[in-house]
Formats: sequence, C-alpha cells, structure tokens
Amino acid sequence: YMKTDRLYKRPFNEAFEETPMLVAVLTYVGYGVLTLFGYLRDFMRQWKIEKCQNATEREEQKDFVPLYQDFENFYNRNLYMRIRDSWNRPICSVPGAKVDMMERVSHDYNWTFTYTGRVIKDIINMGSYNYLGFAQKAGTCQQAAAKVLSQYGAGVCSTRQEMGNLDKHEELEKLVARFLGVESAMAYGMGFATNSMNIPALVGKGCLILSDELNHASLVLGARLSGATIRIFKHNNMQSLEKLLKDAIVHGQPRTRRPWKKILILVEGIYSMEGSIVRLPEVIALKKKYKSYLYLDEAHSIGALGPSGRGVVEYFGLSPEDVDVMMGTFTKSFGAAGGYIGGKKELIDYLRTYSHSAVYATSLSPPVVEQIITSMKCIMGEDGTNVARVQQLAENTRYFRRRLKEMGFIIYGNEDSPVVPLMLYMPAKIGAFGREMLKRNIGVVVVGFPATPIIESRARFCLSAAHTKEMLDTALKEINEVGDLLQLKYSRHRLVPLLDRPFDETTYEETED
Amino acid sequence: MDIKSMKNYLYWLYCQFELITCSYLMEPWEKLLFYTFNITMLVMVLYMAYIFVPVHITMAFQFFLHLFGNQHENTVSIVK
Repeated sequence: YMKTDRLYKRPFNEAFEETPMLVAVLTYVGYGVLTLFGYLRDFMRQWKIEKCQNATEREEQKDFVPLYQDFENFYNRNLYMRIRDSWNRPICSVPGAKVDMMERVSHDYNWTFTYTGRVIKDIINMGSYNYLGFAQKAGTCQQAAAKVLSQYGAGVCSTRQEMGNLDKHEELEKLVARFLGVESAMAYGMGFATNSMNIPALVGKGCLILSDELNHASLVLGARLSGATIRIFKHNNMQSLEKLLKDAIVHGQPRTRRPWKKILILVEGIYSMEGSIVRLPEVIALKKKYKSYLYLDEAHSIGALGPSGRGVVEYFGLSPEDVDVMMGTFTKSFGAAGGYIGGKKELIDYLRTYSHSAVYATSLSPPVVEQIITSMKCIMGEDGTNVARVQQLAENTRYFRRRLKEMGFIIYGNEDSPVVPLMLYMPAKIGAFGREMLKRNIGVVVVGFPATPIIESRARFCLSAAHTKEMLDTALKEINEVGDLLQLKYSRHRLVPLLDRPFDETTYEETED
Repeated sequence: MDIKSMKNYLYWLYCQFELITCSYLMEPWEKLLFYTFNITMLVMVLYMAYIFVPVHITMAFQFFLHLFGNQHENTVSIVK
C-alpha cells in the first residue's frame, strides 16, 4: 500500500458508487414486466394475432436450427424496439458543440420512421467524441484540408504497400512520432482496423494476452484473431493482473508447461463506458517486474489528457519508452478518421511489412491526413494560434463533473476523464431520458444492454473544448430538471473505497537496471 | 393553489409508477391489460383484508388476553 503511493505523482480519484439496493430491485421488476410482455407479444406474433414486423426465417426454414430464438434477439424485438428512437438519430450539420438534427416520428411504435421535414436547429451536442473541438466547418484545419483536397483529390485507390503511400502519409507519421515522443509511427485508415489487424501481427499461437475485462470490441477481436491464449483480469484491478502474471510465469503454457513466447497486456487509456483511467504507473511497474509487453490503446485519451494533450502517459508523468506499443485513433480528439501505432523503429518497420492493414486496406485519404496534421500542429502550439483547447477541456471536465455530483447523480469514473457516465438503471428511464433531453434541445447518448451490464444502463456525456460555460450551464440546468422529473438522483454519497484488496499485497520492487 | 400542487404531485407519482414498471414504454392496449391486472389484484387483496383482518385481530387479542389473564390470577393468589 505504501509502495504504490510512490508511483503516483498526483492523486488518483476514481469512484464507482454502488447500485442502491432498492433501485436494483425495481430495475429487475421493470425488466421482469417487459419480459412478460415480450413473451405475450412473441406468442401473438407466432399465432398470427399480430403482424410480425421483424426478421423471421422463411416458411421452408422453420424446421432448421432457429435463428432468432436467443436472448439477444428477444431483447432486440421486445425491449430495444420500444426505445429505438433515441439511437441512430440523423444529424445534418457538422457535429460541433451544437448540431442540427432531422426530426422524425414513428406511427407504429418505432418499427418505421418518417421524416416530418423539419430540422431541429442548434441542439447542444453532448454525445460526439469531439474532445478538443476540431469538428468545425471553418478555420485553419478546414482551409488546409480544402487546399489539399483540390491538390490530391479525395481517393487514394490503393493500399500502403502498392501505390497508396503519399508524401502526406510520411509527413503525418513523422509528426505523430514527434507528438508522442516515440521513435517511429505508422498511420492506418480505420481506428477499429488498427487494433483488429495489428494485434494478430504482433502475437500468435504460444503467446499470452492479458486483457482488461472492459476492453473495446476492436481489442477483443484482434486478440481472438491472433490465436493467442487470452486471460481476462478484473477492470483496472492490479492485484488481479499480478496474480495472472505470476501464474503465467510459474506454470507456463497449459499442457506442455513451456514458457510463454510473449506476454502482452492490453489496456486502454480511458475506458469510454466507465469513464475510468488506467492505472498506468502500476501496470508499467508490473510489466517491468514480470518482463512482459504493454499495448496501450489511447483512443479516447490522446489529446484529452495531460497538460499538453499528449495522452495518458503524459498525464501520469511517465516516459513513452516504457510503453511498448502506443496505439491511438484520430477520430476523437483530432476530428478526422483513422488510427496510428507508435513505438520503436524495429517494431514499426516490422508492422509496415506484416500488418494486414498495410497490405490490404486502403490508406488514409489526403484531406483527412491534412486535417490531422493541422490539428496536431495546433495542439502542439506550432502553427501560431494559441487556442488553449486542452486547458479548456480540463476546466470543462472538472466543472461539469463537480456540478453533477453536487446535484446528487451517480457518476462513474475518474475525476479527470472527459467521458461522464450518468447512471440511469431502469429501462424506461433510458428512453425517457433521451426523449426529454431532446425536447429541451440537448442531444445525449444513452447506453443500455448489451454495451453495459443489464441493470447498469447509463447516459454518457462527452465533453468538448468547444463547449462554452453558458452551454454547460444550460445543459446542467436541463439535466437537473430532467433528473427531478425522472427521479434520477440516486447518490447517497457513499463511495466504495478504491483500494479494496481481495488478493495479497502487491510488491512493486524497483528493477535492477 | 394547494389543490393544484397536490394534483401535480399525484401526477408526478403516477409518472414514477409508469417509469418503474415500464408501462411508459407500453402500447395503449398493453397498458390497459397491465393496469386491469394490477387493479384487479389490488382490489382482491384489499377485499380479503377487509373481510379477514378484523377476525384475525380479534382472535389474536383473545389469545393474548387468555395468556395474560392466567398470570393475573396467579399473582393475585400469591398476594393474598
């Protein structure tokens, strides 16, 4: 306990308040009622009392293995369809701090939608991953991207290894390497594909992957595609990780007892569903002690954390050389698309040859590359404009989180993370919250099963440097109103202690070098 | 004014009931079915309470009276 204090240079405030017992019971009651009605509707659909509007097998296939009988499809037909109008809302402007949305109505309870033709203007956007406010349609980034579009066009029409390697890509990769403080970097066209196509190139059969419980689908897919053995440790729990590492070193591979070829730890910088930040100093200490490799996915934390926006490594004051593979995406803080991997020169040269993405996937489009280059230079302060976006985001985060906690909502996650999950729990409140906030001109993202555990549904706010204090105050006022209307203020200010230790004490010794 | 705030409060309570039991999400005929079932069960429980609770209370009262009644007789005899 004493030793871990030495690793953290700043206080690490993370809290996940426990679900109140009454709320959990009532949530199950709500799901029980909906399940009963789901069975009734399925019965009516099967006996043709009601018209069946969802996908079913053809008559000839009714004797085959049923396709739509599992819980996910039952949930989809009977619960998701009732609240479906809160998702897939079509927007018709740039998703900046305010966004325009096309109004739609449904006359058959969300099975089909029709557009009324009206456009709802200036909705405060609390759902876009626009952390530094680069989603703009005017400004230096847009002008530079327009110039490059007229020079290079929009399409690349080839993969990186064939004819798709532009000088813009080389310029981007040098800039990314300089930004992160690593030797070399490589950029890919799609953030999801960066994870799922590069992890198989790094590990294979005979290797061990230790992956966090709540890792993103791209990391899980990449780990499964690689063919390595996967073991899961509890979310952000260093005792669980150390136990797995010890077992791996002591026992080796399952049947043959040979040592593992490689041990790779997969973690994310900010977990977007929980708003929690990885305990990077402890992970690095464990990695050094047990001689394993670390793959850090900074999709949400690059640009959003750290005093100059260099991500979670800078936030904890660590050296980028300790992280073996630094991966991130350009989708969130840079307002573009694509992903990158940074690390040592040998690693990146290997990935240039052996990554599936480099061989088969089309490379980044030139205007997108220019957007990334301009926004990165703007964050680094090299283009002359001194817009303190990272500081604005940090201020917005602290203010918003503090006010929500004071109002009495249950908020998960770390104090410094710009992703703010507000717990809703009950299924009717998911739909009600989305609709009530839209009535008050605020766009939020609500999340339920299967992205979260079934009773822990939440509304997830993504703060942006483009939000002014007035916008945040308006949003907070409306959230307060809706919270009173829907009885969402569950917090009893009883925080679960962070350092509950079910396992033995960890021992972080200094390395001998 | 008091009646109005009372009505608003009752409407708010009804909204909470709708949200908790998810009848907010149901189609009108489903709501009708659900409320009919609930109100029928509630009326049946109240009717049973109306019929049986006085009988149970008088029986319990007599039982306790009998218990304490015996003790009283014993103490009175000792004092004498």
